[in-house]
Formats: sequence, structure tokens, C-alpha cells
Amino acid sequence: MTQARISEFVVGLLFGIGLIVSGMTDPGKVLGFLDLAGLWDPSLAFVMGGAVMIGLVAFTVAKKRSATLLGGVLQLPKSTVIDKRLVIGSLLFGAGWGLAGFCPGPALVSLAMGQSKALLFVAAMLAGMKIFTALERRNAKA
Amino acid sequence: MTIDWEHFTPWASLAGGLLLGVAAAIFILVNGRILGVSGIVGGLLPPAKGDWAWRLTFVAGVLAAPLLYQLVATPAAVRIDAEPVMIVVAGLLVGIGTRYGSGCTSGHGICGLSRLSPRSMVATVTFMAAGFVTVFVVRHLLA
Repeated sequence: MTQARISEFVVGLLFGIGLIVSGMTDPGKVLGFLDLAGLWDPSLAFVMGGAVMIGLVAFTVAKKRSATLLGGVLQLPKSTVIDKRLVIGSLLFGAGWGLAGFCPGPALVSLAMGQSKALLFVAAMLAGMKIFTALERRNAKA
Repeated sequence: MTIDWEHFTPWASLAGGLLLGVAAAIFILVNGRILGVSGIVGGLLPPAKGDWAWRLTFVAGVLAAPLLYQLVATPAAVRIDAEPVMIVVAGLLVGIGTRYGSGCTSGHGICGLSRLSPRSMVATVTFMAAGFVTVFVVRHLLA
């Protein structure tokens, strides 16, 4: 259990540092990538490329294993459905991403850097997640 | 298409990307979990019995990252141009959208593409397209 906790913390650290090094914590850089018609900054393609290069190897190994290196359950996603929820949710997310240049991970890192706009963004994002939970509960009852 | 050579950082972005990949690799191989920030955070609202500690430790690591980074280097200056009202609208959309679509740039983007999951590929293409269109509308149609 302790080993798992240490690993989770280290993963969070590496992930956060990776976001800073890559430039993802700068909304101006993110929007520079999303602005194909303006001055285009292709950097984010390199972020994704680097991450997926390692990820491809890791998940190829993971798919062949039945347990984690700590002997725990390897929880690979089972859902394969491509439905309205997936597409509409992704459309909303992409629109929000394009408006501010923040996605969830970088927003958390910027918040810890003391950016007041990141605090505002994270507060709104958590509210959005709460709204989602509330709507799901209401629909489940109906 | 005009490249923004002034802000283009291929090596730093590749290096940062490799780190993100290593983080995702450790998370699946050691902890058996998908590194998806929106799902991890969303699962804390509200926290479920027996399923919150790992989420919290991960988030603590993410929040500690800039503190550790600042000990050895100065983070580059950031540009946050959006007005506060826009930031709030963006945050709400990202919060609702990532939960409804079951993932964001990390879960669907990095992990999903690495798993070669068609579902995540559709999600990634969709949110990227929505991002491109939104920036086009905001910067070139409304401005």
C-alpha cells in the first residue's frame, strides 16, 4: 500500500514537471498551437509525440500482463462505445480548452504556481464537474 | 500557414512529452491505473469510500511539481490572455465536458492514443477540432 502511495505521488510529480517543461502550463502556447490560421506554434505536437512514444511501449506491455509490478489489479478501460456522450462531451471540453488555453492537468499546476486566473479556472472546472454529477443523479432518478 | 518560430520549442516540448509518457507508463505498470486528470479529480467529487486516497496522492504530486521545479529552475513566463468571465465559462465547459466525455488531454489524448483505443481517438480528434474551431472563431471571426 505504501509503495503504491509513493508511486502515485511520484507519478503526479513527474507529470506536473513534464507539463511545465513541455510548455503546456502556458495557455498562450496552447492557444498558439490551436491557432492554425494565425502564427502557428507546433510545439504541442511534439509534447503529444513524446508522450505517445513512451505510452505505446508501456501499454503494449500492460496489455500482455495480468497484474501490476506490485501485484495489483491492472485496470485497463473496458468501454469501447463511441456514442453521443463521448462526442458531445469532447466538443464541450474542446470549446472550453480553446477559450482559455487550459486543460485540467496544466490548470492544476498553474494553480500551484499561484496564478490567480488558474485558481478561477479550477474553481469553475470543479463546479462544472459537480454540475455533471448532479445532472447524472437527477437523470438516474427520473 | 505561418510558423511562430519565436515561441516554437520542439526540444523542450519533446522532453516534457517524454516525461508525461514516463508518468503514464509508471501509473499503468505500477499502479494499474490510467493517468487521466479529469477522471481522477472528478472521482473526488464527491470522494467514494475506498477510492479516494490514490486520487489525492496523485493530485498532491501534481500540485507539488511546480514547487519542486522552482527549486532548480525558473518556469518560463506564461500568457493568460482570457478575461475572467471567459475563464469561468471555459472552466465550466471543461469540467462538464471532460466528465460527460469521460476524459481529457491526458486520459483520452496520451493514454487513449497509446492504447490505440478507437474510442479515445474519436474523443481526441473531436476535442482538438473543437479547440481549433473555437480559437478560429475567437481570434479571427470575433476579434
